[in-house]
Formats: sequence, C-alpha cells, structure tokens
Amino acid sequence: MSIVKNKVDAVIVGMGWTGAIMAKELTDAGLSVVCLERGPDRDTQPDFAYPRVVDELEGSVHRKYLQSLSKETVTIRHNMNDTAVPYRQMGSFKPGTGVGGAGSHWSGCHFRALPEDFKVRSNVEQRYGKKFIPAGMTIQDFPVTYEDLEPHFDHFEYVCGTSGKAGVLNGKKIDGGNPFEGSRSREFALPPNPNYLGAEMFYKAAREMGYHPYPIPASNASGPYVNPYGCQMGPCNFCGFCSDYGCLNYSKASPNACIMPVLRGRKGFELRTLAQVLKVNLTADKKKATGVTYLDAQGRETEQPADLVVLCAFSLFNVHLMLLSGIGVPYDPVSNTGTIGRNYSYQNLNRVSLFFDETVHANQFMGIGGGGTTIDDLNGNQNDSTKSGFIGGGLVWARQPGGGPVRGIATAPGVPNWGSGWKKGVKEAFRHSFYYEVQGSCMSYQDAYLSLDPTYKDAFGRPLLRMTFDWHDNEVKASQYLVEKASDMCKVLGPKAIKGDAKKDGDHYNVTQYQSTHTCGGAIMGSDPKTSALNRYLQSWDVSNVFAPGANAFPQNNGYNPTGMVGALTYWCAKAVREQYLKNPGPLVQA
Amino acid sequence: MSDDTQSPSRRNIIKSMVFIPIGAAATTGVVRALSPATAADANAPEGKPDAYTPAFFNQVEWKFLNAAVDRLIPYDEHGPGAIELGVLEFLDRHMQTPYATGDIWYMQGPFVKAAPEFGYQGKLGLRDIIRVGIKNVDGYCASQFGGKAFADLDRKQQEEILKGCEGGKLKLEDISAKLFFTNLLNEVRNGYFADPKHGGNKGMGAWKMIGYPGMRADYLDWVEVRDKPYPIGPVDLAGRRG
Repeated sequence: MSIVKNKVDAVIVGMGWTGAIMAKELTDAGLSVVCLERGPDRDTQPDFAYPRVVDELEGSVHRKYLQSLSKETVTIRHNMNDTAVPYRQMGSFKPGTGVGGAGSHWSGCHFRALPEDFKVRSNVEQRYGKKFIPAGMTIQDFPVTYEDLEPHFDHFEYVCGTSGKAGVLNGKKIDGGNPFEGSRSREFALPPNPNYLGAEMFYKAAREMGYHPYPIPASNASGPYVNPYGCQMGPCNFCGFCSDYGCLNYSKASPNACIMPVLRGRKGFELRTLAQVLKVNLTADKKKATGVTYLDAQGRETEQPADLVVLCAFSLFNVHLMLLSGIGVPYDPVSNTGTIGRNYSYQNLNRVSLFFDETVHANQFMGIGGGGTTIDDLNGNQNDSTKSGFIGGGLVWARQPGGGPVRGIATAPGVPNWGSGWKKGVKEAFRHSFYYEVQGSCMSYQDAYLSLDPTYKDAFGRPLLRMTFDWHDNEVKASQYLVEKASDMCKVLGPKAIKGDAKKDGDHYNVTQYQSTHTCGGAIMGSDPKTSALNRYLQSWDVSNVFAPGANAFPQNNGYNPTGMVGALTYWCAKAVREQYLKNPGPLVQA
Repeated sequence: MSDDTQSPSRRNIIKSMVFIPIGAAATTGVVRALSPATAADANAPEGKPDAYTPAFFNQVEWKFLNAAVDRLIPYDEHGPGAIELGVLEFLDRHMQTPYATGDIWYMQGPFVKAAPEFGYQGKLGLRDIIRVGIKNVDGYCASQFGGKAFADLDRKQQEEILKGCEGGKLKLEDISAKLFFTNLLNEVRNGYFADPKHGGNKGMGAWKMIGYPGMRADYLDWVEVRDKPYPIGPVDLAGRRG
C-alpha cells in the first residue's frame, strides 16, 4: 500500500558530510539524486542564528541538534554473553540528526590519517612480528594507501577551509607543522588560528619535553575564505559554542555552510527531510538494491526506487540499515565469520585538567572546536610498542572548544559537588583552568561488534542495533601510558592541581560519560570479502549498487578524529562511482 | 486581589529566605535581594523570585524544594544562592517542558537492572524522578524524625539527608536516592547557570559570580590577551547587560 515515487538514478540516505559530498559529486556527474534525511532541514540562518543557537540549556541539555534517542538508539553490552540494555540517555557518543548531521555539531578537528595508519596489521607484523598481535585482535590493513587518498584529503580540506600548518610538503619537512605526517601536496587552505592560553602553554610544555608541537588542523576558518564551490566562510571568533552546536558564524566547516549552498535548488537534486529510511529494498537474490523504503514527514510508507543506493547515515546507522535490509552476512563472533557488524571500534579518550591560580587567565568560555595544539610524538610509528606495551598510538593535545557553566565546570580534586565548597570551587576553576586530552587509537577485536538486538525496538518497530564493546588490555595500557605522558607535560607548567582520568585495570566501558562520537567500523572496507563488508571503493561486496561511505568503513580506529578520513574516503568513493561504476555498473573489485 | 501577593507559594519563598545567613550578605555586598525585607520589596529589580507561583509542583513539593535548593546552592560569601536567583521558578517551568517527560530518552521496556556503567535504565521521566524522590525523602524523614518533613528539619539534618542520598547510603522505598539526588542537583545547577530566559539566574547573578560573559560569543580580540581578566560583564539571550 505504500506510495511509490518515480525512479531516480541515485538515492542517498542521510544528509551529513558523506551525503552532501556524494550528492554534490553525483549531481556533478549528471545523475538525478534524491536525498532522504530523517531529521529536519537546517541552515545557518535561521537554525544556527545568534543568539538563539547559543542557549546552553537547549543545546547541551535538551540536545536540540542531536538525534532523539526516543526514536532510534542502540543497545549496549560489554561482552557477548551479557544481555544488552538500551542507551537511554545521551552519554558516551552523540549522533546528530537533520541536514548537516554530526557534521553540523562537530568541533572541527580535521586530521589526515598517517601513512602507517593504513596498514596497521602489516606494520605491526613487520616491526614486532606476527606473534605480537594478541589473540582476538582483528586489526586489518585498509585496502587503500595514504597516497591513494592524498588528493582527496587535500580537496576535502579545501572544501572545509581547514586552518593549519604543513609539516611535510612534497616530501620536505618544514618548520611549524607535524614532522611525522604524510607528505602534503600543498599547504593548508588557511594558516593556523591564534592560540588561546592553554594552547600556548601546551607548546611550552611540549618543547620542554622534547616533543614536536603543532597546531591542530582546524576546520574553523582562521580568516575570510571562499571554498572551491564558491561557498563563503568568515573568520572564527572563538564564540565557544562548537561542540553540540551549529556554527553561528559561517566559520566552522559543515555540510550546511560548505556544500549545501550549491546543492540547494540544483537541477537533479531533491532533498526530502523528515524522511526516515526503514530499509534498502533488494531483489529476491539479494544481489541488487532496487531502492529504499522510508516514512515520509506524514508517516506514510513510501518507496523510492533507484539504480544506486548510497548509505550516508551516521556510521552506526549505516550498519543498522545493512543488517535490517539483509545486505551481506551478519558477523558471527564465535566462528569469526560474516562481515556486517564486524570490527566495531571506538576512540580511547582521556582527560587531564590543570588548575591554576587567579593570575592565569585561561578563560575557558572562549573556544574554538578544532583549534589548539597537539603532538604526534606518541602516535603512529613514534609509539614503540615494545616499550609502551600497546599497539596503536595517540595524541596529547590542548583543545578548548568552549565551556559554559551548564556544560559543566571541572573542579579541582577535593571540591564537593554542592554547597559553599562547590561554589568556591567553580568560582576558582572557571576562568583559571584548562585541560589536555589524550586521544588514543582503538584496535578492533573478535568480540567487539554490532548486531541486531533480539528484544528492543525503535520507534518504527525495527530491532535496535546492538553494540558489544568493552575496553581491552591494549587500550587500558594505552590510556595509562598516554595519560602519564600527558601528566608529565602538565607538571612542567606548575599548576596548583591536576586531575586525570586514565583507565584503571579492569575498567569497563562506561556509556554515561561523554567520551567521543568517533564510533567506527561495523561495515569495514577490505581486500577480502570474507573479512570485510565493503571493497576498496566503499562498495558492498554483496550488493554492488550499494555504497556505504563513512567511519563504518574503518577496520580499526587510529589516534585522530575521523572526519578528515571520512571526507577523503567519500571523495575517493565518489570518484570510483563517477569514473568506473557509471560506465559499467557492477562490482568494481572481483571477489 | 492584592491578596495575590500573599499566595502560599510566596510565603514559602519568604519563609525559605529566613534560612539565608543575612549577616554574610551585609559583609560582602555581592548580592542583592537577600533579606526577607528586600525580597518582599515591591520595588525590587525585575525578575524577583517571589513573583512566581508554581504550576507543576504542589505545596508539599514546593516546601521541600525551598529547603533542598537552598542547601545545594546556598547564599554565602562566594555569591548568590539558588533561591534568590529564581532556581525554583526554573525547576517548576522546566518540569513542564517535553524534556522533563523524557521525550529525548529511550523509554521503551523491558526495564532491567544493569551495572551503573550502562546508565539510567528506569521507567520514570525526569519530572517523575524528582516528584517520586521528593515524596520518598519526605517519607523517610517523617519515619526518622517523628513525622517531620525534610523542610522542617534543621539545616544540619537536611545536609546529612542530602549526603545520604548523594552517596547512595539512604534507602528509599520507590526510587534510588542517588538517582533522585543526581537529577535534582543537575537541575538545580542548570537553573542556576542557564540563561535567565529559563527562569533562574536572575540578573545573571551566577554568571557574574564565576566571571562568565554569558552569551557574548565573540572573543577573537581577547584570545591572545594574557595579563588581565576579561573585562566585560555578561549579556543574556534577551540582550540585557549585566
């Protein structure tokens, strides 16, 4: 009884970064494209306009720009013998919704992966031997290299107006940037943003420790800028409302500011918001997709036929749709077979707060999401796993996305949670403290995966996605090692007090505290259809007219924020569709 | 009609003001509207807390909150307390929003017990957590203190009760004391620090205390200043300057 729409060349599920990139690229190629976004339409004006957008109660308590868990959420358990329970309140990670998706409420940290991050397994085997990888760790190489993606990293940075300083330019090391990075073909789109106090002090501490500090590549424009699509950006004014909020100032890169202006009104492009995709429709042999079924804004079941289906939902929900639709074989962690849900990974985030006296004006209310200072001295190949005891790596950084009192004020050790002592504590801390974070990689494991929950349903009657995940020894060791290094970097600054949160032996994944929205894997790319859901072009091995770009494609997660890599992979995917797939639809890699 | 100004709620507020250490107010001068006399002053600044009549909470709950909120964020030498900044009004108004019914939480069953790392697994929305919690704490107090409600205990006893809730030692009939306490404290802090448009933080008093410029949201010219405090007072969403 469902409504059937006219067939289009391509239907895109989700209008965040990946959806916007694919819509731009596919309409450039002359395709008719319909994009279905579950949330509302959003644009800088009126949705992110000052002053309404900076209301902390609406943004960070009512979570106005995030997904409502009442409609869709996940269930979570620590191991496969437990019963999973729903993620009822937003905590550890924050998927977005609406046009722009998580790309409108992100902070703007815009890294490229390191060349060695693409070949994690072979790199570890080569450096330390095959036996060094513990049983149950299922890390894999990406089926692409840094060199494959370099032009796409570059292009995405220029779309975003990324501000930073190159450390390696056309093979030559240059001062001021990250000396350990993969070679860049040109400088950043914009120079680095100015340093707030914490970032400046981080520089000082890092140099004293013999590290190589550099500005975090920030998709928060450091000056006026026009991107290759003609979209205008203005300089970031450090408003302090990046994370959780849309940008009021056309400064933070987002699909809304950087791509949507050229898509809106474009012939061949149609955006339907409040359109909740329920599943991808497949032919009886499950080898081809025929389109998708969704609920329109009035809740009517609607079918959108299409030749090509591009899954551009948040990483977790790309996997959810694949499982619900019967694309590929669900992963079985016992036999370690099947691919959909395999290799779920996360990010190993830890914080160390520094408290100073009233002469140190850290002013945490000023903020820039992606700005700040970091080091790669403990990341990638700089981490000697035989000494540190863990595989992977991580960053230590000073980053100040902006803090307001409703979002919480970290207080020095010993300060009570209420009463006069608390008031004194918040008063002393608010303008005179800042923090470092340790952002570690997260390896993938046989017992960390995504599947469908047998019990709980979403608002549309579908089984919820079930996440089975806990910290493993490798990540706990990494946390302890990196937090210790970060604490050393704090001590040289002589703060009044330090408060850190390294994971303790036996600590379990705690979903109640915000850590990171960097949920990765579950539908990973690889060179073997037995151990990956997608081929090197982000194309489903099983259903060749389905592509699924996103962080779901990461076989494991590196120390960086994923967005730079997600954007680059999406442009890489789009290029393959345009230059190869459209000429000869079918598998781009023979299984 | 002038009796309106003597509504029970107003009397409760005024009564609660009695708990405020007036002597401390006189020595610091940080806060206005501190003494009962000031609170009742018809010429008090706009947004004075006694103008509010609760629509969500009943009288028993209101009495509880008057006392508990004052214990959680009291008036003292560091700055204004939650009562005079209108946090009660915030609470009452916030409980009437869709958020307080749990509209962004996943509220489908089955509801099972799980380790604390998995977060809240209960059936109650925020406003019911607060409501059920108040009733249970009052019930507990009545059973322990010869029929007295929480608000009728002395300050020290009230603080002990709240500590018992916070640490989870206090066992309540229908709800986890810790869950109730955490949610109440969060809400009191939200009211204290959120924009005045939501009912609390009158006159941006909480922002002034910590030196938060509020909704100014434009600091590029101050990012690299190191040697002096940020000089401008707060501005709120309505454009008022503090």
